[in-house]
Amino acid sequence: MKRLKLEEAILPPVVALLVALLVGDVLILSFGQSPAAVYRQLLEGTWGNAYGFGQVLYKATTLTFTGLSVALALRAGLFNIGAESQLAAGGFAAAIVGLALPVGLPALLVLPLYVLAAGLAGAVVGGIPGLLKARFGAHEVITTIMLNFIVLALLNYLISTRFKVHDTLHTAEIKSGALPRLSDFAAPFHGSAANTVLVLALFVAAASWWFLFRTRAGFELRAVGLQPPAAENAGVNVPGTWWRAMALAGMIAGIGGLNYVLGYKHYYEEGFSAGAGFLGIAVALVGRSHPVGVVIAAVLFATLSQGGLAVNALVPKQMVDVLQAVVIISMATAVPEVRRVLREAGSAKREARTAWPPPRSPLPASRFPQ
Amino acid sequence: MIRLTSIEKSFGPVRANRGASLDVADGEIHALVGENGAGKSTLMRILSGMFQPDAGRIEVNDRDVTGWHTADAIAAGVGMVHQHFMLVPTLTVTENVTLGAEITRNGQLDRGKAQREVQALVDRTGLVVPVQQRVADLTVGEAQRVEILKTLYRGARVLILDEPTAVLSPPEVKELWRVLRRLRDEGGTIVLITHKLDEVMAISDTITVMRQGETVGRLQTAATSPGEIAKLMVGRDVSLAGSAKRDAGSATTSSSALPAPRSPLPGLEVRDLRVASSRVANVVDGISFSVARGEILGIAGVEGNGQTELIEAIAGLRRVSNGSVLLAGRDVTRATVLERGDLGLSHIPEDRHERGLVLEYTVADNLILGQQQHFTRRAALDSGRIAAHARELIKTYDVRPSDPALPARALSGGNQQKIVIAREMGGARDFRVLLAAQPTRGVDVGAIEFIHAQLREARAAGKAILLVSADLTEVLALSDRIAVMYGGRIVAMVDGATASAEKLGPYMTGAAAA
Amino acid sequence: MIAFLAQTLRIAMPYLFASAGGVVSERAGLIGLTLEGYMLIAAFCAALGSYFGGNPWLGVLAGIGGGAAAGLLYGLCCIRYRANQVVVGIAINLFAIGITRFLLRLTFGSSSNSPRLPGFIESGTGFSALARNPLVWLGVLALPLVGWMLYRTPFGLRMRAVGEHPAAALSVGVPVHRIRWLAVALSGALAGLGGAYLALDQHQFTDQMTAGRGFIALAATIFGRWDPVRVALACLLFAAAETLQIQLQGAQLVPSQFVEMIPYLLTIIALAGVVARAVPPAALGKVNE
Repeated sequence: MKRLKLEEAILPPVVALLVALLVGDVLILSFGQSPAAVYRQLLEGTWGNAYGFGQVLYKATTLTFTGLSVALALRAGLFNIGAESQLAAGGFAAAIVGLALPVGLPALLVLPLYVLAAGLAGAVVGGIPGLLKARFGAHEVITTIMLNFIVLALLNYLISTRFKVHDTLHTAEIKSGALPRLSDFAAPFHGSAANTVLVLALFVAAASWWFLFRTRAGFELRAVGLQPPAAENAGVNVPGTWWRAMALAGMIAGIGGLNYVLGYKHYYEEGFSAGAGFLGIAVALVGRSHPVGVVIAAVLFATLSQGGLAVNALVPKQMVDVLQAVVIISMATAVPEVRRVLREAGSAKREARTAWPPPRSPLPASRFPQ
Repeated sequence: MIRLTSIEKSFGPVRANRGASLDVADGEIHALVGENGAGKSTLMRILSGMFQPDAGRIEVNDRDVTGWHTADAIAAGVGMVHQHFMLVPTLTVTENVTLGAEITRNGQLDRGKAQREVQALVDRTGLVVPVQQRVADLTVGEAQRVEILKTLYRGARVLILDEPTAVLSPPEVKELWRVLRRLRDEGGTIVLITHKLDEVMAISDTITVMRQGETVGRLQTAATSPGEIAKLMVGRDVSLAGSAKRDAGSATTSSSALPAPRSPLPGLEVRDLRVASSRVANVVDGISFSVARGEILGIAGVEGNGQTELIEAIAGLRRVSNGSVLLAGRDVTRATVLERGDLGLSHIPEDRHERGLVLEYTVADNLILGQQQHFTRRAALDSGRIAAHARELIKTYDVRPSDPALPARALSGGNQQKIVIAREMGGARDFRVLLAAQPTRGVDVGAIEFIHAQLREARAAGKAILLVSADLTEVLALSDRIAVMYGGRIVAMVDGATASAEKLGPYMTGAAAA
Repeated sequence: MIAFLAQTLRIAMPYLFASAGGVVSERAGLIGLTLEGYMLIAAFCAALGSYFGGNPWLGVLAGIGGGAAAGLLYGLCCIRYRANQVVVGIAINLFAIGITRFLLRLTFGSSSNSPRLPGFIESGTGFSALARNPLVWLGVLALPLVGWMLYRTPFGLRMRAVGEHPAAALSVGVPVHRIRWLAVALSGALAGLGGAYLALDQHQFTDQMTAGRGFIALAATIFGRWDPVRVALACLLFAAAETLQIQLQGAQLVPSQFVEMIPYLLTIIALAGVVARAVPPAALGKVNE
């Protein structure tokens, strides 16, 4: 039985990656290039040199946050499509706090403040759809998508009218608490955006794991996602769990904004999120909504993103966008299909064990003693 | 006209029909009776083409039609009205009736003509419904009439109705009889699936009785009685079990089989309880009873008479529209599930897959569901204690396989039920009152005996147990007192020692009201 | 005033087409997140067709084909393989962005836009210009035709049944799967017309040119409670707000960003049900018999 579960978990990502590889071959060939050469250049440009690897780490950091955000919501049975605006809101809040702080305070002192601000902003953006679902039953898919537009428009307004530095689309540089880049510690990373927020990402991933699998609240949240009536029977407040999960998801995505604002450019810039919120969905799916899987998937997708840049001379980097979408589609299709195939194959063995028809179906309900 | 012979049908290891047969003549109202699980619905779904038999023969008008599908059956004039309506709520009556066989003119829907035709059908059959109204706005009785109209519109001469009165009020039932009689008088044939004997006596011409998947009798209504029918329905063995209740099918003759002296302290009390469901306003219609400590009160009755909603209301999963629930003297009518648990209420839900277990969770995790707060230390779950707790319960309740890390989905139905029972009865909660709904449903014989022994032990230990079961043998074997539920009310309350299937049958099937 | 109405109509065109596709798709039970992707893919196909064919009508045909193909892809994943509609929907949108960008580089060697293509109207923006654009006439008719189909034909009745209670439809012999396939293909084709309109109206394809219009169309579909007449009014309302904002740009009465928010805010309010709550077709998003 354990083996079945492992297969169900691992096969779909493998299938999805194979399909993506196939599509990649087609795209590469259409540009008259050799797939082998392109893939090799992709690997060299990402894991083959320190700068590239640094870029991969940087991108993986943001994707870890958005991936965890979506994964957590999925564990509660919810779709968080709003990670994009939660991320942006978090980054913005951090930038504003940065502007208000006096100059030169040590990073370790003010870091909690930044985290709090970013997390709070993200939590609000995530919590609103959560509340709408809990109170009105409004489907969170639509409300998070709509709110994405609203929040991004609002941020655009705030930037362009009040907070922007003249002739740019970003805020002024923050005054204290900027975090060091990796290149400050290890010279080979010179030029890359990788920074110490990476450590924060790993910490949040570990904390998410601990929350989901070691705490009472996580236990109840997962039960709500898997079987709401059983959770209700176990005394869990299902609607309450929904909105708290959305707020938590929003918080995590919001904190992700610190990667850019605190660790890289030290200001908020319009459009910095660059689709990381939507990619977070892919990361959560491929990572099977498990914190460890999310981290691995984040590195994978970051490698693809950076790899696209590395091969841009040979094949348009947009190929990577296509591949990422193909991975999502294949994953979404493979999961139910793999499950169906595996269970049908194993069903003969298990028929005797789990054939219990529930009462409200056309099947007979009770057994009779002889 | 219609003949089914030696029909076999299995769903996995469950043999729903084993050599069942049916013989229906033209122009009669034929009742197909039996308890829940007797195989009546399955047999009729085979006749109507929804399922295909594994073996046996179907003949309609001397034509062998074995293995036909719904479309063929409809074309041949055999239509079925299901228990759960297949109506599109946002469409009108006319649209629902004509769906799939629409009336058109030049490719467009001819609404006027469709309405006129449906209205004509309504007038002809006496099935009064407002043809332009949306189905969502109809009463249940009207919706059922639309279902019947659907089959008649497609030319059904044979009408199969599956438990049609389950959702009707008495005047609506009378209305239905009027319609059925009219259809029969016009030459139609009607097969009525039911377990209610008062109805069988009132409306049918001929009766076929099924039990445990096979046909056990064919009677003429005019020449038989409810008692005779009930006996066939429930089986000859039962009278033995009824009189020698204490060793009914059970090898347990230990002292725990004797009822413990009942404490005068209240365990569970229900006063004038009224509960609504989504379809029916008073699915529990003013029920009062109490269960003393050290007593098992069994609620007998066919499913669908409000037992599910009653248990849900007591457990805190469903709102009460009137009345109160008291636990050890304290009013818990507005208390949450957790609060009731803390006050000592345990609940074995009737559907373990839906409410009882999270199948993807491990056995160990399922064993703390509803009690997770007791295994928490400063927000974190104490995995050591959870594992120890699981090992102990698995051993005591003999759950197999014994690995606490297996997902619950991997275990058999009986072992899954043991998990629920272990948790509710042996877990971290020191319970005072137990709600046991269908505790041995879908469970193998060995586990049944075990579960029954657990219930008896709990009674001996002074717990108050409310047992709800559609299995009359089980109720008779375990209960100190038995209440019969019919139509949302308690229609009989008898002493367990002297009760029998023959005595209770009429109350369960409403014949006592006939 | 006339100029205002003309501009509103011009802006509303893509919404009208795409929301017609949204109504068809969602009424049959399939979530319309893909409208954006359909439009973008179709816009590119229309650019290809018009540019290489030298004729805007070829562009229209290519746009319809591209949109319908995207719809069938969605159908394949969700109807045949029962994948989650939300996930696939978002993925198709991402795919559309990626593939159009990629093919833009491949075909025209540019990262930002295609060369100029022949359209229907070479110049002019008033009503007279609009009246000469055959796509405008199609667009005005799109939602009324969908309404006629839904409420006046047997196919439409069956489609509505499939979106509300597929089991009931199945029980009377309605071919549920076939109707769903037709719905996604039609939805893609209609949204595709919207994409074709965009590309031909602007005489080129630009990267991500749909810019969220597909989501506004979805918002209109929901805000209009899946009823073609109301949806059309919603499209016009949203377009009017945009026009107003553009024309008042100098006066700076309301910041443009807040006008942008209007469709999305209204949709959220509709879903939360402050006034009559928007209740979607009952079987929306579920394909499981």
